Amino acid sequence: MLTISTGNNAVAAAVREAGTGVVAAYPITPQTEIVEQIANFVTKGSMKASYIPVESEHSAMAACIGASITGIRTFTATSSHGLLYMNEMVNWAAAARLPIVMANVNRALGPGWNVWAEHTDSLQARDTGWLQVYVATVQEAYDATLMAFRIAEDRRVYLPVMVNLDGFTLSHITQQLEDVKIGDFIPPLVLDHKIDPAHPGGYGCMTSSVDYVRIRSDIERSMRDSVEVIRETEAEFAKRFGRSYSWTDDYRCEDAEVLILSMGTLGKEAEVAIDILRSEGVKAGSMRVRWIRPFPNLDLGDRELVVIDRNYSFGFGGILAGSIRAKTGKTCYNVIAGLGGQEVTYHDIASFVRNRKIGTEEWFGVKI
Amino acid sequence: MKNIRVLTLMPTVPDTEYIHKCTSACAGCSSDLILRHVLKAAGPDTVLVVPACCTSVLQGVYPNTSFGIPVYNVAFASAAAVASGMAAAFEELGKNTNVIAYAGDGGTVDIGIQALSGALERGTNFLYICYDNEAYGNTGMQRSGSTPLGARTTTTPGGKPHQKKDLDRIIAAHHLPYMATSCSAYPQDIVRKVEKALSIKGPKFLHILAPCPPGWRYDTAKTIEVGKLAVRSGMWAMYEREYDTLTLSGQTKAAMMKPAPLEEYLKIQGRFSGLKPDTIAEIRQSMERNLRLLKKEAEGTC
Amino acid sequence: MYEIRLHSRGGQGGVTAAKLMALAAFRDGKYATAAPFYGAERRGAPIVSFIRIDDQQIKIYSQIHQPDLVVVLDSSIINLVNVFDGLKPDGKVLINASEIPKAASGYKSYCVDLTGIALKTDLIVAGSPILNTPVIGALAKLGLFSKESARAAIAEMFADERNLKAAMMAYEELVV
Ligand SMILES: Cc1ncc(C[n+]2csc(CCOP(=O)(O)OP(=O)(O)O)c2C)c(N)n1
Ligand code: SF4
Ligand SMILES: [Mg+2]
Repeated sequence: MLTISTGNNAVAAAVREAGTGVVAAYPITPQTEIVEQIANFVTKGSMKASYIPVESEHSAMAACIGASITGIRTFTATSSHGLLYMNEMVNWAAAARLPIVMANVNRALGPGWNVWAEHTDSLQARDTGWLQVYVATVQEAYDATLMAFRIAEDRRVYLPVMVNLDGFTLSHITQQLEDVKIGDFIPPLVLDHKIDPAHPGGYGCMTSSVDYVRIRSDIERSMRDSVEVIRETEAEFAKRFGRSYSWTDDYRCEDAEVLILSMGTLGKEAEVAIDILRSEGVKAGSMRVRWIRPFPNLDLGDRELVVIDRNYSFGFGGILAGSIRAKTGKTCYNVIAGLGGQEVTYHDIASFVRNRKIGTEEWFGVKI
Repeated sequence: MKNIRVLTLMPTVPDTEYIHKCTSACAGCSSDLILRHVLKAAGPDTVLVVPACCTSVLQGVYPNTSFGIPVYNVAFASAAAVASGMAAAFEELGKNTNVIAYAGDGGTVDIGIQALSGALERGTNFLYICYDNEAYGNTGMQRSGSTPLGARTTTTPGGKPHQKKDLDRIIAAHHLPYMATSCSAYPQDIVRKVEKALSIKGPKFLHILAPCPPGWRYDTAKTIEVGKLAVRSGMWAMYEREYDTLTLSGQTKAAMMKPAPLEEYLKIQGRFSGLKPDTIAEIRQSMERNLRLLKKEAEGTC
Repeated sequence: MYEIRLHSRGGQGGVTAAKLMALAAFRDGKYATAAPFYGAERRGAPIVSFIRIDDQQIKIYSQIHQPDLVVVLDSSIINLVNVFDGLKPDGKVLINASEIPKAASGYKSYCVDLTGIALKTDLIVAGSPILNTPVIGALAKLGLFSKESARAAIAEMFADERNLKAAMMAYEELVV
């Protein structure tokens, strides 16, 4: 059915449609509506699941871990300080090879308290072994959440997936949403290593360096295998439901001489900037990077790059720009913009391109 | 001796204000009122440690603040631990500055209880105040461990199926030199208890009921009335405990003799709408049990 | 693209009104987005929502600085915030008031007593009149979306018939 929804409600609807069995989550702005909506579904009986109103995010992820290892479909949602507080268990979930799906509503970190969009929260978790996708519309939040379960639960992956949406800008905006009947798009979860008294064994016990290295490398092998699984899943989704997604969301890139690379809603707003630049005769295109883990193979050719980072790694630089440099060897003009919900309009984005100084970094709105 | 007792029951409330008018609290917020009196009692040589909660919002937006004393905002789970460090440092520096952690019920009974228990056990010289609006106010009224049975919140749309966590008995198990309960409807009682707490060295704890109009769903003008009904009905008991000696406050003694009807307290609040008779009976049962235990303890018969 | 900025106070239903506007436009076959802009304020503080309506997919997430229409649910906000800021030269203003406030007289302003309508139709929750459904009727009259879509949107979000009644009353009462 075609209707309207907020980003948060779209995620909750997808979690219900996916047939999730256990949800353990804790409120935090601007994610709270996801938890509230799921609590509501469960109370009203439209979702047959157990919702655990835990006392902290550490316990939220811990409860998800306890649930997931029994082989049940498991979900949580958080944001910002919540993600930071659960970090120990976030790492645990990946290394324990649990196909948990989490929505993270991207928000800045304190102090001072700031509840608005920024990507530093989830990017701090980029080395944990979670797959990470960043979305830009309400529809994409819904679709990506559904696909996340299928990808995470694939035997070739068995790793958790984090779906990231911009706080307020996307979590609270109302846009159109076409929901789907999921059918058998997500096969029943078969967790080979699920806990089962019929097969006694020690999980996560003391491990020698030799085995530890083998186990860690296995995470990376699955991360690499997930590339194919993501490709298959997105192709199957497009076939069944008519909406296609890929590693990046490209706009007027074919003949572009300068590319804007960004993540989240800024990447959609950038498309408006591209139209303006094109009308001025600038051959610009936008590449919105969706997947950060596994990091995609970007085909950037010899085009000039303007990378917008809504995050920062202190003492290093913008994380997207740094990743692109590391993976492609290309330098760029790196603009740090939108931290703590700083407003960045399409006019601003167009001016980033006009004023680009390749090989430099600039903070939008301040001089350092 | 008798005179002193009467005097301490009716203290003069200091005139000085440490919270400016027009904070960004909701109309009828009782936590604002509590804090105002806490600071009057504590005076200017005080640092407030505040975890994420409504109090983080009501200070206003940087670079403004509505407070006349330093407020140290800290992460949600960390108030008691941060206060521990601060108290140790002040002691090391030879200062007598009051360290007061002012946290919501969520920041106390849920995410912050580990840090609080640790700080109490270590004998930290500080005062920890939990203002209890019985839900997560900052994020729009989700249930907390302190939400009472049957109350509707945004995560318990059908009414909370679990009992309110008995925080005070958990705290009492730490054998503090001083702990007390109070309610926003009795500001003089708050002033007296804060003054008393701050006159004692070591860990002190105050648990103050804080009716909240948007969360409890009652008219903003009725904040005092709701608070008084909580105490008069016996739903909220006011007392002090010095190590193992428990003294009931006058308001609660009165409520034990002649309680206001529990239904009156429930009826005035939208969050209790549609309570089933069984649930009301269960609420009454646990209320009576609490009062019975307190009474026995105060009489020294348990 | 048609851009609307809605001013209200926290707790008055401005956020829901914005959603209803998007839904009504959507039922007209348009693309629409509604984005509330939250500050760190509590109940009663002035808040803004941004609504965009277009024939194409809307890709803009930033705020609206040059609205085609300004809607003011609480006329007392006019004294606190410059609600007319950036209004397009031919832009319109719709105010919840029984007569157009002086400050709005220099603009193409319209008024309708939404509070009065809410009271008349007994559309009151927790002591406050509900303005989010009546305003949809007034906006339909201004031509933002069809009357049918306004009806459909309200029916989709609210079962209580007083909402529809109040909206239609606002539709009738607004003079354009
Ligand atoms: C680690 C972490 N999780 C969640 C939050 C979001 N959060 C901020 S305040 C709050 C609720 C506070 O409730 P309570 O302690 O009862 O204080 P109140 O808001 O009711 O005054 C929550 C969930 C946060 N800031 N940090
Ligand atoms: S939600 Fe309740 S406790 Fe928080 S500021 Fe408002 S009235 Fe006070
Ligand atoms: Mg609280």
